[in-house]
Amino acid sequence: MSGILVVLEHRGGAYNRMSWEALAAGQQIASASGQPLSAAIVGNDLEALSGELASKKLDKGYRVEHALLKDYTADGYVLALEQLVKKLEPEFVVLPHTYQVRDFAPRLAARFGQVLLADLIGLRKDGDNFVFVRQLFQGKLNADYRHPGSRPCFLSVQAGAFRAESLEAGSASVESFAPQLDASSIRSKPDAPFREAAQTVDLGSAPIIVSVGRGIKEQDNLPMVEELAQALGGEIAASRPICDNGWLPMERQVGSSGQTVSPKLYLAIGISGAIQHLVGMKGSKTVVAINKDENAPIFEVADYGIVGDLFDIVPALTEAVKKAKGA
Amino acid sequence: MKIIVAIKQVPVRDSNLRIDASGHWIDEDDLSYEINEPDAYALEEALQLKEKHGGEVVALLAGPERGSQTIREALAKGADRAIHIECDDLASLDTLGIANRLAAAIKDEKADLILTGLQSDDLGLGQTGVVLAELLGIPHATIIMQVEAASGSIKVKRELEDGWFQHVEMPLPALLTIQSGISKLRYATLMGIKKAKTKEVRRVSAGDLPQAAAATVTIERVYLPEKKKETQLIDGSPKEAAAKLVEKLKFEVRVI
Ligand SMILES: Cc1cc2nc3c(=O)[nH]c(=O)nc-3n(C[C@H](O)[C@H](O)[C@H](O)COP(=O)(O)OP(=O)(O)OC[C@H]3O[C@@H](n4cnc5c(N)ncnc54)[C@H](O)[C@@H]3O)c2cc1C
Repeated sequence: MSGILVVLEHRGGAYNRMSWEALAAGQQIASASGQPLSAAIVGNDLEALSGELASKKLDKGYRVEHALLKDYTADGYVLALEQLVKKLEPEFVVLPHTYQVRDFAPRLAARFGQVLLADLIGLRKDGDNFVFVRQLFQGKLNADYRHPGSRPCFLSVQAGAFRAESLEAGSASVESFAPQLDASSIRSKPDAPFREAAQTVDLGSAPIIVSVGRGIKEQDNLPMVEELAQALGGEIAASRPICDNGWLPMERQVGSSGQTVSPKLYLAIGISGAIQHLVGMKGSKTVVAINKDENAPIFEVADYGIVGDLFDIVPALTEAVKKAKGA
Repeated sequence: MKIIVAIKQVPVRDSNLRIDASGHWIDEDDLSYEINEPDAYALEEALQLKEKHGGEVVALLAGPERGSQTIREALAKGADRAIHIECDDLASLDTLGIANRLAAAIKDEKADLILTGLQSDDLGLGQTGVVLAELLGIPHATIIMQVEAASGSIKVKRELEDGWFQHVEMPLPALLTIQSGISKLRYATLMGIKKAKTKEVRRVSAGDLPQAAAATVTIERVYLPEKKKETQLIDGSPKEAAAKLVEKLKFEVRVI
């Protein structure tokens, strides 16, 4: 067994950005281990996507094509990729940690008696082997993992952990791979993806966002944060649990399942900073965090921080903002 | 419809986590435990499906004795019975090892539907459910926000990224991993708490289940993330800190 196989993701005729980050991780493993790198895309009729793949530094590209792979299904992807992995016998299989990969990759790995080392934030060569870094407890702790034994080793990488900009260009041949599939082995029938009713707030263009998390404890405490948002002239937004509880509408949720925002100021109040939240706001120009836990992961992306009880700080801040604005 | 819900205990949210002397895991001595949040939603969904379609809800938990508390709470909320795989060695297993145990303990149950949370708040690997489906040879879907059951099949709403969703239909038996927020969680009633005491808990000793293969991945070290970003921490009393922050917002960030 040798080599690295990266599985890229695409939708609607375009690559998912995280695919290139996974490829960057693949290049890193390839150069550290001196092994050949290949990359695969899965679907039907992938001619148009081949060109971009061929322009990257890799030894070989594969179009895994079949009419039954036109729409994503876990069964279809697992069967097709199982055949490709058996043919190539790679030592590492690298994927982007997308919702789709979460859906099929653990099952694919299990076919090889392996588990997926999911959501990696880093990796490094150490002796003959690699150390893989992932988060525990929603980002409060990190852990170094090893995968010492049998191969292949299945890895998925977290959004933003590897830089697509660092991807090396090159030229590769892309060949077609036709897996054996039959319709009866694909048990689920997917409909076309859809969005819920049109959004009435566009957080994407708001210059100031005041975002509230579970630290607020009760719905009755929300007005305190709304008052601060009003004083600053900003929009109110929230982490997922606040919207799950129905305290604010889902269209105000920031994160991987919600909106992606990049305001001039993002004020995170009582938000711990789980990765699914961070991916929605880390493009903000300035991040301010108020949290009672000095180790909360939100401080990892904050420019300014106040460690303390939001119930004391938020009212004081509203007062101070009002005073500064001469209101 | 017979529904099995796999639930896991994790340290209560906002626990003060300390790394243990070996550096391989956290010090569990002073921690309290609660049901993993997405698993609570999986249980809720199971109870609602039973209310609509009839049948039985069976809670399934692998873990040490302290797990009994979480099982009791699931029974008090309305699960009909429970299976407790008693083991102290969860930390030494990988997902495949744990899913193997779960599969062995329920293979004779012939459930129509198996629900799990989409990931655990401690390890966050998000694969126990998917691997369990593979071991049982049944179809699955992940990150589920809605379930509609018909006879012999289900239609589910999968959450995709950026506010997108997708409906997927599949035959039963099937396994779903449930996303937090799928519905509102119920509280146990006094009546439910009373009734829970009389409900059956089948205890399975891990030693009686087929021996799991050695873990393919191991944790070598657990540590606090080293900070990469320079955060300007603002101190003082709430009033002082607020005033200093406003200065920054005015003169450095220029949003006031
Ligand atoms: C597939 C998937 C998709 C997801 N999508 C999203 C998404 O789009 N958006 C999203 O936000 N999350 C999402 N999540 C959930 C995410 O993983 C976290 O669970 C969530 O972001 C946590 O929200 P929180 O920070 O408000 O709550 P918690 O993690 O509970 O944090 C609360 C914080 O408040 C602090 N606090 C408590 N009391 C006080 C006080 N008095 N004063 C000051 N601070 C206090 C605590 O120290 C803690 O840091 C998703 C998860 C999954 C698995």
